[in-house]
Amino acid sequence: MDAIILQVLNGLDKGSAYALIALGLTLIFGTLGVVNFAHGALFMIGAFCAVTLSRILTLSHTIIDDTKTDFLGNPLKVEVPYIYDIFGQATGDVIIDWAVPLSILFSIPVMVAIGFAMERGLIKHFYKRPHADQILVTFGLAIVLQEIIKYFYGANPIPTPAPAAFTGSFDFGAMLGFDPNTIIYPYWRLVYFAFSAIIIGAVFAFLQFTTFGMVVRAGMADRETVGLLGINIDKRFTIMFGIAAAVAGLAGVMYAPINSPNYHMGMDFLVLSFVVVVVGGMGSLSGAVLAGFLLGILESFASMGAVLEVLPGINQIIIYLVAIIILLTRPRGLMGRKGVMEE
Amino acid sequence: MFGLTKKDTTLLIIVAVLAIFAPFILNPFPEGSAMAQFNAGYPDLMQRLVIFGIFAIGFNILFGLTGYLSFGHAAFLGVGSYAAIWMMKLLTMNVIPAIMISVIVAGLFSLLVGWISLRRSGIYFSILTLAFAQMSYSLAYSVLTPITGGETGLQPKVDDPRILDGALQSGQTPRANLFGLEMGTSYEMVVGNWVFTFNAGYYIAAIVMLLAFYLSIRIFRSPFGMMLRAVKSNQQRLNYTGLNSKPYTLAAFVISGMYAGLAGGLLVAMDTQVGAERMFWTASGEVVLMTILGGAGTLIGPVLGAGFIKYMENIVSKINKSILEQWFAFMPDGMEDFFITIVYPFIGKGWHLTLGLMFMMVVIFLPGGLVQGGQKIAGLFRGKKASDDAADGKTTPAE
Amino acid sequence: MSNSKLTRRGLIKTGAVAGAAGLTLPTYLRADGHAGFTNAPTGDTVTLGFNVPQSGPYADEGADELRAYELAVEHLNGGGDGGMMNTFSSKALKGNGILGKKVEYVTGDTQTKSDAARASARSMIEKDGAVMITGGSSSGVAVAVQALCQEAGVIFMAGLTHSNDTTGKDRKANGFRHFFNSYMSGAALAPVLAANYGTDRKAYHLTADYNWGYTTEEAVKSSTEAMGWETVAAVKTPLTQTDFSSYIAPVLQSGADTLVLNHYGGNMVNSLTNAVQFGLRDKQVNGKDFQIIVPLYSRLMAKGAGANVKGIFGSTNWHWSLQDEGSQAFVKSFGTKYGFPPSQAAHTCYVQALLYADAVERAGSFNPCAVVEALEDFEFDGMGNGKTLYRGDDHQCFKDVLVVKGKENPTSEFDLLEIVEVTPVAQVTYEPDHPQFAGGNLGTCNPGA
Repeated sequence: MDAIILQVLNGLDKGSAYALIALGLTLIFGTLGVVNFAHGALFMIGAFCAVTLSRILTLSHTIIDDTKTDFLGNPLKVEVPYIYDIFGQATGDVIIDWAVPLSILFSIPVMVAIGFAMERGLIKHFYKRPHADQILVTFGLAIVLQEIIKYFYGANPIPTPAPAAFTGSFDFGAMLGFDPNTIIYPYWRLVYFAFSAIIIGAVFAFLQFTTFGMVVRAGMADRETVGLLGINIDKRFTIMFGIAAAVAGLAGVMYAPINSPNYHMGMDFLVLSFVVVVVGGMGSLSGAVLAGFLLGILESFASMGAVLEVLPGINQIIIYLVAIIILLTRPRGLMGRKGVMEE
Repeated sequence: MFGLTKKDTTLLIIVAVLAIFAPFILNPFPEGSAMAQFNAGYPDLMQRLVIFGIFAIGFNILFGLTGYLSFGHAAFLGVGSYAAIWMMKLLTMNVIPAIMISVIVAGLFSLLVGWISLRRSGIYFSILTLAFAQMSYSLAYSVLTPITGGETGLQPKVDDPRILDGALQSGQTPRANLFGLEMGTSYEMVVGNWVFTFNAGYYIAAIVMLLAFYLSIRIFRSPFGMMLRAVKSNQQRLNYTGLNSKPYTLAAFVISGMYAGLAGGLLVAMDTQVGAERMFWTASGEVVLMTILGGAGTLIGPVLGAGFIKYMENIVSKINKSILEQWFAFMPDGMEDFFITIVYPFIGKGWHLTLGLMFMMVVIFLPGGLVQGGQKIAGLFRGKKASDDAADGKTTPAE
Repeated sequence: MSNSKLTRRGLIKTGAVAGAAGLTLPTYLRADGHAGFTNAPTGDTVTLGFNVPQSGPYADEGADELRAYELAVEHLNGGGDGGMMNTFSSKALKGNGILGKKVEYVTGDTQTKSDAARASARSMIEKDGAVMITGGSSSGVAVAVQALCQEAGVIFMAGLTHSNDTTGKDRKANGFRHFFNSYMSGAALAPVLAANYGTDRKAYHLTADYNWGYTTEEAVKSSTEAMGWETVAAVKTPLTQTDFSSYIAPVLQSGADTLVLNHYGGNMVNSLTNAVQFGLRDKQVNGKDFQIIVPLYSRLMAKGAGANVKGIFGSTNWHWSLQDEGSQAFVKSFGTKYGFPPSQAAHTCYVQALLYADAVERAGSFNPCAVVEALEDFEFDGMGNGKTLYRGDDHQCFKDVLVVKGKENPTSEFDLLEIVEVTPVAQVTYEPDHPQFAGGNLGTCNPGA
């Protein structure tokens, strides 16, 4: 029983990451009708926003420490962050420690700006082009973005820890009356789950309850008619692209402490997030979220030792197997709309 | 000729001439010159160019004609490769049975995958094929290790059974051959500073490629091809006329799967090794990119796209800093450093960046792929009359 | 041909004439028929092929390998301070290239894919005339390229490859490995673990689901079980896994008090980070502190896991803080040239390049068969791992293995590991037909041509 509760928790956590990325992808599919292969790259850039901010915060000048030596036997150069000079060491350390949460504020304008630039500069010209061309150009863009990051940050993962306050894990087991230590869960992952829930809720609320959202939803359903009504739908779509980029970026920022960011993490997520979106059904935001959680939970169950003993290798293929079964039983995924990208 | 129109015959002949003289065409620079770095006329790359050409031609039969975008074609290539290497390990190092079995096994596997995946269309179809390919890759890399060799892949070994072959002489390694003619056999022709390499394996692969290309022209021009185009332009209307399009699309899927298997078998024949990465989604994505880059739906486009990508991968990635220093050595010091700094991010380990930029440039400026670029250049030479041709090429991409 | 206005037709014609005149030679993989082996160097230079990952997850490791090779070439050609050539026990190398021929090199990108690695190696052999291929950062690539070199008749000096298979079931006469392997990791780690954590432990293995993971799991399992540990479970994780939470969460429930992460590269960084996140190391199980072990450490990768490596045991082939003469000389010349200390990948690649050059000098020929003979059962010292033997039975180097621990108070970003013990070579030596290495056949050396 405790094992199952634990994997549900895991699944929710994994699922929230999938759902968040898939949500951004669906926003772009649904509103703009563009297959965006660069979405994974946006997620990656989000994570590197966190890396960049913590680099900025730890910008240092060097002082020579004569008492120690470096690997060549020369006096050791010690890096002292400028922030120590400004706020003193204690406050400086706290600020550096909180780099990841601070990056949320830092990343939103960066990601929205990147989103706008992408839409205005590139994607705009591809609305009327075949999906194949969209794939090629966004895939090319993804490679370029990823190589730029590699050029500046190298290929190795870069540790980006969460604030010290969030280290350690919460003991659900003790709370629910199981033995202590049976169901533990890291605080930061709980934060990630809560954060995703808030973002997902905010996007839904925005689309559901604001006039802007109403127009966009109308545009998703019938772009031409909305245009004929004299509404400038193009401008709103640009804003939607910015929002989608920000959602992907935020998912990346918060993910940085879970897995150290590296330049190809976007590609690792890209295929998976496409599967999630399609299983959820094209053009359906709630479908994407639902599919994200469903696949996250099933993946967690498949990784249990007891399951693997019966079905070796099931953890390798579970997501794809489920995707096939769902697509064969439900022609347009879980909640897909008719006629969206079925051509 | 061969039941082709005059235009198609010309195209086939051009391709044949290019294939036959590839050792010259791809080696335009003399040995030892600074530009020799760009020579591609060595057996491995020539073989890969035609083999991936076959792969892309086959993919184009499905994607270019029916519009069904498969994101899992690398699985058929991989399955074909595994079948071929097992044939070599168990039966004989002769490439004929290996290639035959690879086509058959890939055909059967694509029949299964196609039969299931073609129940859906559009992106749902793409994801189904992707799912099958990713499952094949993951299983081949891990739990199927006893059959596939997993991470380390499969290679022929000295102590494999090879029941049809005689025992190896001591000190010999098993080598792929065609009735005794080893795939690695090369003739070198030295002309002044130029060295041209004629490789047996390459010419065998090139002949297969020409046959595959010829077959693809016939398919494009046949009533069957017409039916596939109808599926692309409006499947619904086709169904309303009482025609069941499924058998046609399935046939196209299986044919393109067999092409992929053929490419897989040839890869093994030329370089006796299989690894599971061959089936990873990036490999499936690569053939999609080759086809679109060259010009989807055109006859020659996919071959050009395949050549382009493989050339970049093999040539640009090998340029390193010391080669750059040689190139720019004639410049004054400051300028030399400046140029090296500018160019360095795009070569060697940065070859992906160049590739990504090329993808973007081609698709932005040449919506019809490299074929359209060719048409534009031809148009420049032929003046006004040709600009009509280019326009024509745009409106009927299924040319 | 001095005719500068050569048309293609003209070229073919001359070619035909040249062919008739007997200038067209039948060759295998551009071998020089007269010298009797593939790519025999004819001029006053010799070309080596450095095939390292330049894209993909191991690109930084590949970049470090390439730096080491460039340094080795510099030293072989008599440049720099000579590095390990001064401390190497064999004095055959004189700093005038190899056999008096200046060393040149070509580079390629393995992409850490066996297909790409073979394509790159073949282009070096066929196009650039490389007489030796070296490098790589994974066992899949090492085995694939080794098989190719055997077939083509050139020498392969493996880079970083840790799986038993490279010199076990997939060993080849033309291939040589200086790096240590899974078995040695297990044999070196077990006594240190027993000394630090006791002989009564329950271990939980998470294993990367591919060949290297299997051999490492087997090696660590058998050597820890031999000293009394119990293996509670061994769960396989997919190579493409990035989030290991669902594999780590059940560890505590199993009653295990030790977690062994048979992961490398990105997998290792992520699984270790996740395990520490789950607070495993703060827990007490069976009355003992919970411990995590990483059998194969790489400093470059440990950097990616940041503070999470502190206090965690593992093994490594070499570390720059070693105090012997050879290591010091290498660290000094590498550090002076590039400004930071070399990684273990750089070390093994540098040593391999030197060992090859030395073998050629001693053999007096570039002929692969002569080189194989010179390297087989060759004993040397002064290359950083103490007295070392290149065993002839399987072409594996036998030398001391380092057991290391993540450092508690690093003084710099390179100072991540501290050496706990230098395990003497006798303790990690095994029979050539040891069950973990069974099924291989070196065959005989192939000079090509």
